[in-house]
Amino acid sequence: MPSNLPRSVARLRLLPLLAALPLLSGCGMVVLDPAGDVARQQGDLIVISTVLMLLIIVPVMALTIFFAWRYRAANKDATYKPDWDHSTQLELVIWSAPLLIIICLGAVTWVATHLLDPYRPLARTAPGKPVAAHVKPLEVNVVALDWKWLFIYPEQGVATVNELAVPVDRPLRFRISSSSVMNSFYVPALAGQIYAMPGMETKLHGVFDKTGSFEGFSANYSGAGFSNMRFAVKSLPAGEFDKWVAEAKASTEGDLDRLTYLKLEKPSEKEPVRRFAAVDPQLFDAVVNMCVEPGKMCMHDMMSIDAKGGAGIAGIHNVRSVTYDKFAARGTGGIAGWNIRYVAALCSAAMTSADRPDAKPVNPAPLKGEGLPSPNQPPERTALNGSAPPPMS
Amino acid sequence: MTPHPAPEAGPFLGKLSLDALPLHEPILVVTFAIVVIGGLGVLAAITKYRLWGWLWRDWFTTVDHKRIGIMYMILGLIMFLRGFADAIMMRLQQVWAFNGSEGYLNAHHYDQVFTAHGVIMIFFVAMPFITGLMNYMVPLQIGARDVSFPFLNNFSFWMTTAGAVLCMISLFIGEFAQTGWLAYPPLSGIAYSPNVGVDYYIWSLQIAGVGTTLSGINLIVTILKLRAPGMGLMKMPVFTWTSLCSNILIVASFPILTATLVLLSLDRYIGTNFFTNDLGGSPMMYVNLIWIWGHPEVYILILPLFGVFSEVTSTFSGKKLFGYTSMVYATVVITILSYIVWLHHFFTMGSGASVNSFFGITTMVISIPTGAKLFNWLFTMYRGRIRFELPMMWTIAFMLTFVVGGMTGVLLAVPPADFVLHNSLFLIAHFHNVIIGGVLFGLFAAINYWWPKAFGFKLDVFWGKISFWCWVVGFWLAFMPLYILGLMGVTRRMRVFDDPSLQIWFAIAAFGALVIAAGIGAMLVQFAVSIWKRKELVDESGDPWNGRTLEWATSSPPPDYNFAFTPVIHDLDAWYDMKKRGHQRPVGGFRDIHMPSNTGAGIILAGFSLVMGFALVWHIWWLAAVSFAATVFGAIYQTFNYKRDFHIPAATVVEVEDARTRQLAAGA
Repeated sequence: MPSNLPRSVARLRLLPLLAALPLLSGCGMVVLDPAGDVARQQGDLIVISTVLMLLIIVPVMALTIFFAWRYRAANKDATYKPDWDHSTQLELVIWSAPLLIIICLGAVTWVATHLLDPYRPLARTAPGKPVAAHVKPLEVNVVALDWKWLFIYPEQGVATVNELAVPVDRPLRFRISSSSVMNSFYVPALAGQIYAMPGMETKLHGVFDKTGSFEGFSANYSGAGFSNMRFAVKSLPAGEFDKWVAEAKASTEGDLDRLTYLKLEKPSEKEPVRRFAAVDPQLFDAVVNMCVEPGKMCMHDMMSIDAKGGAGIAGIHNVRSVTYDKFAARGTGGIAGWNIRYVAALCSAAMTSADRPDAKPVNPAPLKGEGLPSPNQPPERTALNGSAPPPMS
Repeated sequence: MTPHPAPEAGPFLGKLSLDALPLHEPILVVTFAIVVIGGLGVLAAITKYRLWGWLWRDWFTTVDHKRIGIMYMILGLIMFLRGFADAIMMRLQQVWAFNGSEGYLNAHHYDQVFTAHGVIMIFFVAMPFITGLMNYMVPLQIGARDVSFPFLNNFSFWMTTAGAVLCMISLFIGEFAQTGWLAYPPLSGIAYSPNVGVDYYIWSLQIAGVGTTLSGINLIVTILKLRAPGMGLMKMPVFTWTSLCSNILIVASFPILTATLVLLSLDRYIGTNFFTNDLGGSPMMYVNLIWIWGHPEVYILILPLFGVFSEVTSTFSGKKLFGYTSMVYATVVITILSYIVWLHHFFTMGSGASVNSFFGITTMVISIPTGAKLFNWLFTMYRGRIRFELPMMWTIAFMLTFVVGGMTGVLLAVPPADFVLHNSLFLIAHFHNVIIGGVLFGLFAAINYWWPKAFGFKLDVFWGKISFWCWVVGFWLAFMPLYILGLMGVTRRMRVFDDPSLQIWFAIAAFGALVIAAGIGAMLVQFAVSIWKRKELVDESGDPWNGRTLEWATSSPPPDYNFAFTPVIHDLDAWYDMKKRGHQRPVGGFRDIHMPSNTGAGIILAGFSLVMGFALVWHIWWLAAVSFAATVFGAIYQTFNYKRDFHIPAATVVEVEDARTRQLAAGA
């Protein structure tokens, strides 16, 4: 029996292809035929898992039909055993067959979930194309607004609304947040989705390995304008991307400073593509820390105060200065009231916000789990898990 | 269209004013007119035929578990028609809104429609249906005369109904939530949903939740304390076992829902910050809490139907259930596991890979006992003599449909796969595949199976088969396109589309929904025709399917007291065992039977609660205070009602049982 195993496993490897053929030949199933390495692995995983489960589903369906037909009341030739209700061997089989499938699928799940963790920087841009050590991923900061998307390019110093242009074959690192309610940032051709949540930051890594125009959207219902919360995604050759950045820098829209952002975040629908020539470099961290309004206390400062035991009675006054959208939705109230401040900030070291650090890049060999980091390493310190700010130096 | 600003609250009517009437929505105005005309017609008919007294005495105030069970089923059916109307509206909008068209529903209306569809189908269709089934069948299956707390049972029913009524009121006064059926904050918070929609959502669920929780307690106690002598736990019918597990889940999970909604209402009403963006609130906590209730809820719905399939398969295969013990253990394992999988509803919220894998794998593990159950039904059919009556047809359809839904469910439990399928139409197709293919098909099997017990005549087979084929074909037509659309990257709750290549799939899905509509129509015709032809379809024996469990031992419909003498149980499949051993029905020696008395307290208290819910929705504080006080003092007053039981005199029992003896003799 064991000697047969490798051959049957090899045969199994062909099955996904068989199952995938009719699907892929169909109608633009972007989930199974994407344009990026991460999404492709996720799509493959769908096919592999489905085939693994069909190993038991198909026999069950066939048996159902066969038994229903064979033991129909009209068929007097079939054996009839009205009191037969137990068989230990059979019970063992019917519990262990699903168990075996789940053990396989569970192993695949564990490994794939770690390898395709959206927080993990990419180690390859395509099968057999590892990312060189000197390549820095392109960072894009994403803010879900009511009901449009803001993309900030810190490296290039530009920002866009409802348009995401990226170079092909370069790893992308998205830091994602939201202004008002929960959304989900999803570009099916690129990689799976991750929630965009106000006052929080999530991360996603992905890469395009094909150029082209694609679509991205919010995949979590966020209110009346949700349906039109879509954006164009362009995967461009490197030279084209530079040209695109130059165009954006020449944009007549002007700069995206904080006041412009506060106007931009007001609810609106079907917002046309806009490009900003420059962007306040602190803007994204201010969005995540909910302190875009001039004079408003940032969450990380509030946390620093809290970590020191709060500011006592004086802290009560701070409540006003950390109120964000308690009395009105974002963008529907005035911004004039934010100039009163009590404790605006502590002398704490500037910390960028992050909900948890990126995982370490791993060996790109798919689904083997090689190179996954040991779970015992201490996490890196960030604004949200730091117990107290470091002493001033 | 952005929501209207919240009106200022006045002292007498709170936020309520004439502006709350949705006169600008022609669809609602026409619906309202039809409801008013139809409602007046029904009221006039009741008055004309002098049915008010009969309704009040025999139905509204009844504490008989059988009548309450039937009322639950009627509530479920009425709400099902409403929920299905919402479904048709969504299908129509989604097939319409292409090529720049906005469809026929604006965002404000459409977003209410999909929210109401989810809320109604889960809370006011599936829950009343399964509660009704359990109410009717569990006491009969365990040889009891009623549930443990008959008044509580009546109260539970009316609280559920009050919740449903409040939800329906939102259709014509004000609006319903536009948040999706689980009302995630911050969207459902006061800043982003300043109007009454979410308040309607909260209070209809809270009021109905009281009913559900109390009914869960009632049935657990009934099953544990009122079983006939000799019926040990491992001699209970499987349906009773699954009901027990389902009710344990209810009692252990609905308080979480209640607490979560209380926190959300505190945020909305008095300005706390549990789930707000600022001041330390965490919307992620809400998402966790609501799913810690929400996932067990799925199993609350499906478990009793697993019991139904077990009963039906065994009865119509003319065979003992294969692997009763493993069936029971599988049910218990599912019950326990259903508490440690909730995070799979939001793998995409940024948890670490180890956390996501853990919840993914626990989810997959549930498929092992579920798979074992499926094999058990399969081997119950093996070497049986299968009669393809309607309940068995629904069971086969379930087995073939449910495995596909189960498979896609396990697929969604693989976190990286979920990242690309989460919130997509693939997910929608998956859970409709298990809820329609499992819960609804199971209900239809149960209705066809137990209808003769409840009414004394079988359901018409011809119309039943038409309904069956329309439902099964319609289901596949309506939901297979959604699987495909999900793989094309189409997300849920969309109102308009810009990619014309999707339209064909929505057209197929809409056609499927129409076929399902035909199935529903055929089912209503089936009920009507069967009532019309009840003389032809009559079942004198009380045991039309050659059944195996105790409910078939008594007459159809059973007498008020169910069993003149409490049966003594020797074996699993008690009635089959009694028949085999040549059981003789006792014909003499009857004694007075102690029974609970009817009471109007349930409907009155639930009425107060309804008023309170309405007052809270509209911030009519004085009315809320008055109706709350009325509910509390009314409940205390009811505890001093000592006319809570009576005896059916032996003479009446003799009369009923003699009639039964004559009926059996005539039938033989």
